[in-house]
Amino acid sequence: MAPPAQSQRSQSPSQPSGKSEVSDLKLQLRQLAGSRAPGVDDSKRELFKKVISYMTIGIDVSSLFGEMVMCSATSDIVLKKMCYLYVGNYAKVNPDLALLTINFLQRDCHDEDPMIRGLALRSLCSLRVANLVEYLVGPLGSGLKDSNSYVRTVAVVGVLKLYHISASTCVDADFPSTLKHLMLNDPDTQIVANCLSALEEIWSAEASTSEEAAREREALISKPFIYYLLNRIKEFSEWAQCLVLELVTKYVPSDSSEIFDIMNLLEDRLQHANGAVVLATVKVFLQLTLSMTDVHQQVYERIKAPLLTLVSSGSPEQSYAVLSHLHLLVLRAPYVFSSDYKHFYCQYNEPSYVKRLKLEMLTAVANESNTYEIVTELCEYAANVDIPIARESIRAVGKIALQQYDVNAIVDRLLQFLEMEKDYVTAEALVLVKDLLRKYPQWSHDCIAVVGNISSKNVQEPKAKAALIWMLGEYSQDMQDAPYILESLVENWDEEHSAEVRLHLLTAVMKCFFKRPPETQSALGAALAAGIGDFHQDVHDRALFYYRILRYNVSVAEQVVNPPKQAVSVFADTQSSEIKDRIFDEFNSLSVLYQKPSYMFTDKEHRGPLEFADELGNLSIGEAAHNVISSQRVEENDKDLLLTTAEKEETRGSSNNGSVYAVPYDSSTSVFASQTQIESAISNPTTAGHSQHASFGIDDLLGLGMPAVPDVASPPQLKLNTKAALDPNAFQQKWRQLPVALSQELSLSPQGVASLTVPQALLRHMQSHSIHCIASGGQSPNFKFFFFAQKYEEPSNYLVECIINTTSAKAQVKIKADDQSTSQAFSSLFELALSKFGTP
Amino acid sequence: MISQFFVLSQRGDNIVFRDYRGEVPKGSAEIFFRKVKFWKQDGQEEAPPIFNVDGVNYFHVKVVGLFFVATTRVNVSPSLVLELLQRVARVIKDYLGVLSEDSFRKNFVLVYELLDEVIDFGYVQTTSTEVLKSYVFNEPIVVDAARLQPLGPAAIFMQGNKRMPGTAITKSVVANEPGGRKREEIFVDIIEKISVTFSSSGYILTSEIDGTIQMKSYLTGNPEIRLALNEDLSIGRGGGSVYDYGSSYGAGAVILDDCNFHESVRLDSFDMDRTLALVPPDGEFPVMNYRMTQEFKPPFHINCLIEEAGHLKAEVVLKIRAEFPSNITANTVVVEMPLLKYTIRASFELEPGAVGQRTDFKEANKKLEWDLKKIVGGFEHTLRAKLTFSQESHGNITKEAGPVSMTFTIPMYNASRLQVKYLQIAKKSSSYNPYRWVRYVTQANSYVARI
Repeated sequence: MAPPAQSQRSQSPSQPSGKSEVSDLKLQLRQLAGSRAPGVDDSKRELFKKVISYMTIGIDVSSLFGEMVMCSATSDIVLKKMCYLYVGNYAKVNPDLALLTINFLQRDCHDEDPMIRGLALRSLCSLRVANLVEYLVGPLGSGLKDSNSYVRTVAVVGVLKLYHISASTCVDADFPSTLKHLMLNDPDTQIVANCLSALEEIWSAEASTSEEAAREREALISKPFIYYLLNRIKEFSEWAQCLVLELVTKYVPSDSSEIFDIMNLLEDRLQHANGAVVLATVKVFLQLTLSMTDVHQQVYERIKAPLLTLVSSGSPEQSYAVLSHLHLLVLRAPYVFSSDYKHFYCQYNEPSYVKRLKLEMLTAVANESNTYEIVTELCEYAANVDIPIARESIRAVGKIALQQYDVNAIVDRLLQFLEMEKDYVTAEALVLVKDLLRKYPQWSHDCIAVVGNISSKNVQEPKAKAALIWMLGEYSQDMQDAPYILESLVENWDEEHSAEVRLHLLTAVMKCFFKRPPETQSALGAALAAGIGDFHQDVHDRALFYYRILRYNVSVAEQVVNPPKQAVSVFADTQSSEIKDRIFDEFNSLSVLYQKPSYMFTDKEHRGPLEFADELGNLSIGEAAHNVISSQRVEENDKDLLLTTAEKEETRGSSNNGSVYAVPYDSSTSVFASQTQIESAISNPTTAGHSQHASFGIDDLLGLGMPAVPDVASPPQLKLNTKAALDPNAFQQKWRQLPVALSQELSLSPQGVASLTVPQALLRHMQSHSIHCIASGGQSPNFKFFFFAQKYEEPSNYLVECIINTTSAKAQVKIKADDQSTSQAFSSLFELALSKFGTP
Repeated sequence: MISQFFVLSQRGDNIVFRDYRGEVPKGSAEIFFRKVKFWKQDGQEEAPPIFNVDGVNYFHVKVVGLFFVATTRVNVSPSLVLELLQRVARVIKDYLGVLSEDSFRKNFVLVYELLDEVIDFGYVQTTSTEVLKSYVFNEPIVVDAARLQPLGPAAIFMQGNKRMPGTAITKSVVANEPGGRKREEIFVDIIEKISVTFSSSGYILTSEIDGTIQMKSYLTGNPEIRLALNEDLSIGRGGGSVYDYGSSYGAGAVILDDCNFHESVRLDSFDMDRTLALVPPDGEFPVMNYRMTQEFKPPFHINCLIEEAGHLKAEVVLKIRAEFPSNITANTVVVEMPLLKYTIRASFELEPGAVGQRTDFKEANKKLEWDLKKIVGGFEHTLRAKLTFSQESHGNITKEAGPVSMTFTIPMYNASRLQVKYLQIAKKSSSYNPYRWVRYVTQANSYVARI
């Protein structure tokens, strides 16, 4: 495609053509300004049109402001509208000239035609000039009382505009309470809806400073108001219905009969042709039934058909948005959708963004009963003309293989891919076979036979080449030619551009050497020499390290480079359950499409009213540290904590690049890990326990998700310091530095849930167990706490992040510790303390 | 809540640009266009309809080659914004009669007028063509419809269907007829898109019909309308898999998997006699969308054979058989088949006496194309192609070619057998007898045969 044609847009006023035309227009406008001749309105229309068309394509016509205002003295409504549009666009950059328009706008606000009144009021409020706000208050006040509903509708939005220009003027004029009155009494539902939008924005912004606003905001989700809206829901426009439904998701009904009433009332909204209404309704149903497991399942069944209809009846864009939501639901309840897998088959003419989603859904719904069909279908896509989709399909087959118990059939298919002789198919398949072998070593015999036939010359992609080399090293005892293939690869060292491949080559040659020393010795020497001379730092370091460790002791080297491996049972999940739950809480929003909670892609001030993600911003200071930290510090602290999560996400993302699984297997990080291990092995060769501990450290680093519980003797009973103290700064720093030692989900007793009405209740309780709170926040049902504790008579700290959802009675706990070895013991203490919460 | 709305031409020029909240920096249209054009370096993949650049979320839908774009910084409902963009396009089309870059440029002031009333400070106010009528004062400048590709599913009636005045569906809901008198008429279109995948042995692997009953009313005074559908129509399949091919052809009721309705539709008597009652708003809108996976008879049978024919050569035989009655004709049929990557030449042989057929070998993407102007029901057409390769094929050449895909339009035919039994208009007087057009059409969505 040619680069965007910018000729038209990039014309700035400095360019001669644009400038001369603008001054031309200026002249013509002047001539018309005072004229009363017949037909002058038509000429004005033509000129105005030209001005607006220039404005649209980005030519600066603000210099015409004076002339435009002069020409606006007319009764022609089309002319007026064009003039308003112009004025709205340029008033902000020309505040002085904007004053000129106030006069005629104010006059129009008293016109007898309600249409003109409304238009003038809207334009008046759209000027966005701070020092003109005094002129807005009067017209807005009368606009809100206007007998015509159009004018009132405009006035309500006008109040919100005023709030954004000058919040204090808006509040001082007592407009919020006027809006509240309108919201509860106006017969026109669009006015009610506009009041609701405006008040949600205003009160959310005010809530941090004004308790009254916070109370008013709470009142929006009170029972009487919610019922007031729900009872009239069908009178609202489809767009306003979405607004109401979104509000209803935040309402907490008192009992199950209320839940059923609301759901019965909204049942027919699921049959609406507007997808936005359907999704908003689905969100209400899902949120309301979260605590009722059975009903929640029925909801999944109920919403399935309407969502699938939306997917196929709308535009590809709309079906993408709906599919993303279905994808989220499929991940949460794969069994509900497992018989509908055919709906997720890709269609020939779908855009690739839709196909990708469908492939992910096929992997998610695959189970014992449908795997055969799904894999057969995916194999068809592997020959697809659309190469990225073909690759994606092969990866999907691999993913299914890794999540299934019965993999026989799939392994055969994967091996067939290897024989297809399409380079990208071979490449993808190699990577998959490698992952498969890490999980199911028992298949090595079959796989190696096929892999052995692949000429390394035909494999060019770094990922695939690295996978092949890894297999050559790992299974060199079963592959006749392994040392020789590796040798020839070493010979071509200089032509290998990928550092990743060279790193793998070093390790593979080492492994091969331990198994077949005589055949590999020369290749090893050459590889180490080439590696040490390599310009890439990681390659150089690894080669040097191998060289030194070999010189130190060959058997230690083998222990380090080629230790006996355990099959990987579970590959690290790409997303923590906390993040997934957050995304689910933000159903029917962009979070679902981006697969990220909103705090990762929106600024704080744009997070939207009444949003759960705001909760971090509301963290109040824990009692223990009340006099130590200022609220500002908590803000900083909170930002940093957010950052760490975001960073973690990023690193996860990068290690995930190219490969589907987030597990680095022999990548550069493991050099560092093995170094720690070897250091301990060298310094303390006899202490088996110690080295084992270190190896768990490696697992941790590699994110292998193995239980972090060392099976050495259970740690000594842990005693905590009752008078522990920790500076919030220190907490913040430690939280950033330390890795997560333990992450788990704990259950709360019903009594505990009942007692947790305000965060303070839990703080006092935990303090009695020597666990102190440093920051807390949130409101029912979601609370968030940061705790810390110290070991008795030792400066060793434990840091805890604890997120409690009272509806599900679950607590997500993350523990970080200075001394990792005792984190398990601390966790038990924490769990015990939490379980006693609420009991007298 | 959105921050900006703009429409860009295919080349990236602003056609209209409206900033509602001033939260997103000015250059957003350029940022958007560059991102969409160069989504992936190789240009192979289409940009998704929603993405985020520097904290700004961009939403877009493509309509007649134009980008309708909205931006926001807030975490909004994606369906809401996409639905809104589609709806804005539809409202504009209702006003302009024809949606195209040309009609847009001629009427941009009218479009601004509409946009001001549809959205205020980023919040949707109304998308009802009817409500908007009282706020909008510009007269549409109608462009010559004949030269332009009209928008929307109704466009398919333009070709080959002489029973219809061609201009009717491209006229604006507000502009008056040249004669000054408005013609009283109403269009009800049953439009079905079918997706079928045949296995290499000719079995149906998956099939689905996505249908919509589209209405466009030019009736004055908004009379109430009753639409009666098949009496044996049932909705929802109780229990078991939706893909249950137990039933046989022909017999039995029309069973829809699911459907949804426009908000003007009242379903009071739907359960009893399958009638929909509504007071149609102005403009074009879907009365009902439905989805069906019940087995149906596919309109075309595709047979494809590919065989090696000597050194570096192969032969393809493609047969298309129309399985519908002979009083029905399919038009604009296109059959496509990707060939082996190392095909360098293809020579075609059509059946003797073939008219209105065209064949092509697309060198760039190694694709065979076969266009047929029309296919009359019951007829079969064959194409033979001789391929020459630049290298030896390894083993199975069927694995490296295909699948065969087909697009077509069949007017006055619908695969689901869903019908509008009658269309009743509440009478104002005995002489009131507006024109009623009930039209059926079936189109291929994804019609694929594997080989």
